[in-house]
Amino acid sequence: MNEARAVAETVTDPELPMLTLHDLGVQRGVHLQDDGTVIVEITPTYSGCPAMAEMRADLTRALNAQGFPNVEVRTVLSPPWTTDDITAHGRKVLAEHGIAPPGPAPRRARGPVPLTLGAPRAQVPCPQCGSHDTVETSHFGSTACKALYRCRACAEPFEHLKAI
Amino acid sequence: MAHEDENAYESLAVAAGGEERWAFGTGFDDPLAGVDTTVPAGVDARALARECVALGDDALILSQRLALWVSNAHELEDEVALANIALDLLGQARLLLTRAAQADPGLRPPNAPPHVPDEDALAYWRDAEQFTNVRLAELDDEHDFAKCIARLFVLTTWRLAVMARLVGSPDPVLAAIAAKAVTELSYHREYAAGWVIRLGDGTDLSHERMHEALAWAWFGHHELFQISDPDVRDEVQRVTDDVRETATLLRREQRCPAHSRSGRRGEHTDDLVTLLADMQAVARANPEATW
Repeated sequence: MNEARAVAETVTDPELPMLTLHDLGVQRGVHLQDDGTVIVEITPTYSGCPAMAEMRADLTRALNAQGFPNVEVRTVLSPPWTTDDITAHGRKVLAEHGIAPPGPAPRRARGPVPLTLGAPRAQVPCPQCGSHDTVETSHFGSTACKALYRCRACAEPFEHLKAI
Repeated sequence: MAHEDENAYESLAVAAGGEERWAFGTGFDDPLAGVDTTVPAGVDARALARECVALGDDALILSQRLALWVSNAHELEDEVALANIALDLLGQARLLLTRAAQADPGLRPPNAPPHVPDEDALAYWRDAEQFTNVRLAELDDEHDFAKCIARLFVLTTWRLAVMARLVGSPDPVLAAIAAKAVTELSYHREYAAGWVIRLGDGTDLSHERMHEALAWAWFGHHELFQISDPDVRDEVQRVTDDVRETATLLRREQRCPAHSRSGRRGEHTDDLVTLLADMQAVARANPEATW
């Protein structure tokens, strides 16, 4: 059981290869059944995440190679993934790779979702120099989960994993 | 040097250790793999399926319209934004169409090849009159960015209000799909509303263009409220009025045609026929294809 979990926790995200699926909070659980089948539960970051099939294949391949021939990867939709599921280690690794980690995800009360037009976005410190003098250049980036920023202190552009 | 008779694709697979998927990707799989898909007792499975198809069709068709902006937008940031939003909506469509076919297998079009998954059967093998998206989603925006934004604003405002309520659906799968959709639609709506304000409160020209685009996006407005709670209409009215006010786009009398055609009943414009001819061409020309 522990061995299966250890193997599963080495599998990395196809789009953020410096992070394991465990660190990203996408891996929800690893269970070993009596018949030797390993069940891995994963949850998509975004509904349209095109990497789910890739993750499934990577998990199966890694476990097969380490002596677990029967692997079942199950999708879990609820509760939805949030950036709060990223581990402390995952945040550290992101920052080391120049991606500013997300702040706390917005908490919403029940009822209609309020528009936050013009509300200042949370400050994102530059992962290169630590300055808080940064500006969002594009709220959407190369993948659904990232925004583009520029640091006015060191002039470096960087990516920021958006808090959702 | 590769020999002339060598198949470049096969060489790639060899370089990737003989497993083609490592060279070409893994393809797609069931977006609900491993999810408990039993329809709970007491839930009307056919009504659930109809609701999922309608919401799935809205997302699929709007996604396709947004995707047509890729390589055509005025700046890269907005192109990436529209593509990201289109991808989120496509993901919602995949989940919803898959759920619909589970709840009512009779929805699967009989002409779809047997190996094709339900979501693809519904997307590629139905004709226009079998789609139940609202007509606003299908209209050709003629690469007018104001129209693109106006439609996105109206549809995401409505869809967010609907999905926020469906989080409490008695069907746990639809409730889970809705919970993910709420997060996504919240920033889709922020993006669209931000542009409505920027253009509305911009130059005389952008103000006028945004005004005309919003009037255009009120086409078939009644269709939105045919499958949702009555208080959804109030929320949509309130949010759109708030944004209009900030954008200095005061409400003019909206021209809603008196006739009662509805995309929800499969009554569509020719724009959907044109869109589907393009979207479905590859799948229908190569029915044995897999991806």
